[in-house]
Amino acid sequence: MAQMTIPKQTMQAVAAVVGDRWVRQSPSELDTYASDGLPTRRSRPGAVVLPGSREEVVELVRVLSHHQVPFVARGAGTGLSGGALADRNAVVVVLTRLNRILDIQPQNRLAVVEPGVVNVRLSEATAPHGLHYAPDPSSQTACTLGGNVAENAGGPHCLKYGVTSNHVLELEVVLSNGDVVTLGSRGGEPWGSDLVGLFVGSEGMFGIATRITVRLTPIPQAVETLLADFPTVRAAGEAVSAIIASGIVPGALEMMDQGCVAAVEASIYAAGYPTDAAAVLLAEVDGRDAESVAGEAREVEGILRHHGARSVRVATEAAERARLWQGRKKAFGALGRVSPNLVVQDAVVPRSVLPDILETIGDIGEKYGVTVTNVFHAGDGNLHPNINFDRSDEDEVERVEAASEAIMKACIDAGGSITGEHGVGIDKLRYMSLLFDSDTLSAMRAIRRVFDPQEIANPGKVVPIHACREWAAAASTRREGDPRSGDRALHVGA
Amino acid sequence: MSAPDVNIERRLRALMGPDAFVESNDDGIPTVAPRTTEACALVVETANHEGWQVRIAGSGTWNQETGPADLILSSSGLSEVEDVRAADLVATVQAGVDRDTLRTALADRGAWWPVDPPGFRRTVGSVVATATAGPLRSGFGSIRDHILGLTVVTADGRVVHSGGRVVKNVAGFDLTKLATGSFGAFGFITRVHLRLRAIPRADATLVATGERSTLVQHAQAILEAGLTPAALEVMSPAAGGSESWTLGVRLIGPDPSVNADRHALKAASALSWSEPAATDAAEFWRNALQHPMRHPIVLRVGAVITGLEHAIDLLAHHLDDECVSASVAVGAVRWSGTADPSRVQLLRHTAAQVEMPVTIERGPWSLQSELGHFGAYREGVSRLMGSLRDTFDPNRTFVVALGAET
Repeated sequence: MAQMTIPKQTMQAVAAVVGDRWVRQSPSELDTYASDGLPTRRSRPGAVVLPGSREEVVELVRVLSHHQVPFVARGAGTGLSGGALADRNAVVVVLTRLNRILDIQPQNRLAVVEPGVVNVRLSEATAPHGLHYAPDPSSQTACTLGGNVAENAGGPHCLKYGVTSNHVLELEVVLSNGDVVTLGSRGGEPWGSDLVGLFVGSEGMFGIATRITVRLTPIPQAVETLLADFPTVRAAGEAVSAIIASGIVPGALEMMDQGCVAAVEASIYAAGYPTDAAAVLLAEVDGRDAESVAGEAREVEGILRHHGARSVRVATEAAERARLWQGRKKAFGALGRVSPNLVVQDAVVPRSVLPDILETIGDIGEKYGVTVTNVFHAGDGNLHPNINFDRSDEDEVERVEAASEAIMKACIDAGGSITGEHGVGIDKLRYMSLLFDSDTLSAMRAIRRVFDPQEIANPGKVVPIHACREWAAAASTRREGDPRSGDRALHVGA
Repeated sequence: MSAPDVNIERRLRALMGPDAFVESNDDGIPTVAPRTTEACALVVETANHEGWQVRIAGSGTWNQETGPADLILSSSGLSEVEDVRAADLVATVQAGVDRDTLRTALADRGAWWPVDPPGFRRTVGSVVATATAGPLRSGFGSIRDHILGLTVVTADGRVVHSGGRVVKNVAGFDLTKLATGSFGAFGFITRVHLRLRAIPRADATLVATGERSTLVQHAQAILEAGLTPAALEVMSPAAGGSESWTLGVRLIGPDPSVNADRHALKAASALSWSEPAATDAAEFWRNALQHPMRHPIVLRVGAVITGLEHAIDLLAHHLDDECVSASVAVGAVRWSGTADPSRVQLLRHTAAQVEMPVTIERGPWSLQSELGHFGAYREGVSRLMGSLRDTFDPNRTFVVALGAET
């Protein structure tokens, strides 16, 4: 039975758009959408709707806007910041049925996709052309490109190839009033300011992307993966800085601490990592030419050994590399086996402070009586401290929350940020005021209101409204016809 | 705008004290060059309150001829390289730092900002505000890809900090992207956090000449072979300093990688390549970047890779193709020359029909004010742009002609 917090009239109009079959309103159905990848928060939405086309998305948003009902766009629900959670007054708009790859243009190195396309499917489709979509979040076999755009998702290979925003050229967007706007261009040059750059990472608060044009990248023809194990976390961290400073840009540079390695090796994802190491580094060097890649790999190996690596294993064969990577990419799954629940935290620090911050995080874990394991994008300074816990243990949940907050504060104090790729969502909302002052937060809210004046797109996320001042509330007083305003140019559209 | 008024200069001197350099230029317009972000904020807040209109200036080498204003806010007092963290490959600089100063400061630490904008003595603030990338955009991306965060003073004098000193950051909305390439319309940039690279070990330039269409086809063949050179630039005779069209390629990276790419390049394109020595190569690229400065107007046209020839054809048809430089890998064409605004407007109309934005990177105020830097927006974008502008600068305190905001 529906919770009846969304007016019946609204739901009838919604059903008229998508058909009854694609509307979910029973508590058991809604519970499926009551959480995403963030285990500490649950919220049952008022309704869930699964439109099947961009036209239905447009019409659906118009209906919701007309009835002033908030909505939350959702892809595969793999987000880790609670960004896809909705309360009982809101409708979750699930975009997984919009899963077509619309166009692949190898000569232009671009592809056009719908938002529900799963990340890895795009690279599979473009592989015959020698191209791939470079951003590769750990959840890439499940997460959708629409979600990647909303969160500005990263991944291990973003160290060399850049995050989502570096790869999005053009976006067709449905604004919260149902207007459809195309931002950017397929060549990448903006029409006006860089609204694509502004939209990517806006966490569903500026509208819904219904068509995404992405840049494709040549698949590296030669790849070598190195696994190094270190007697101390500090030595591993110093090796990371040394590699970056050497001028070599590895395809990826990932670190796992002992706790993480132990969890991986005890799971079906065991990759042969040395369990007695304080930390292991996974470094990948790639490029077009096998000989030059081999040369860079030897150089990286030398740096690793110089900084105290006990052993360095070099994998050149695809199967062996895949095994090494499987352990890394499935590390969160392996850690998830250890306890009923797992928080995957996300923060960023300058690379040079990695050794110090890892020690600090260890101290925080001890202080709050929780076990923190680390698996992260060391080359970017993008930490993922993970805390295992049991959600039914209220005391432990409180300690997890307190430890998470302490970790965030430590990263900010070290000159870092509260999220590198998971987004703010609701999980990090409370830390935003630690990172940004009131004027900056107010500017963010003001921009959101440009895209969504009613503030009905994914409300309550990213910007803590209580910390904001009003921005330019007064009506424009600019002088009409003043040539200096520069507003006389002809609008030609396209 | 008030009449040129000595009172503004006097009031600015009183307001700023030792925090800024104040003088009047040849036109009698006071120029104020604050030394801190806070002093900039005070100037802008006062200007906004008083109804003074503010023109933003950097070193004055790029947009020398800009619009009328009550005062000029210069970044020349913001000339400090605040911090270079070589181990993190991150630097923080004030907006008035020029690229030569930056290059030296970074080179001392083994670091490099892989940005090569047209012009000379450009300040970092100018490069960021205009998003004028050069040939290196083919391999390293556009200006936005090399900025981690910035500080802007908005029209009501508020100071907004976005991004930070870390290389990956998704906390909050990306105001850095909004400010980059918006010509100062959303605020005066005072400080920028830069993403750096280690100085490359090998840097080779290969040059071939020939017919334009032949060179474009070969450049596309190079891309189809899976190569992405640091620069892949097709240049008109004037732009390339040659008697015929030139394809300039720059390979940057570790020695073995550059050597391998050199071989692959030659295998992919049967052009007659020459490889100038390092000093000659540097001169080649310097000339190519300074050539646009000989003309009053510089335009940027965006296309897809296979649309480049058409973009150049459009330029040739509506304007000319004397000084054209096309970054093939990213489908960006830079044109410089002299043109009547009506011709530029016609070009924009035509280009818009085939999904090619035309941006005025540089030009006399008469052109900027008539057409706007962006001018032709896509449907729906003008409302967003206008609303953004009304949000951040409802009084149009900053004299910036963006385009057709409604």
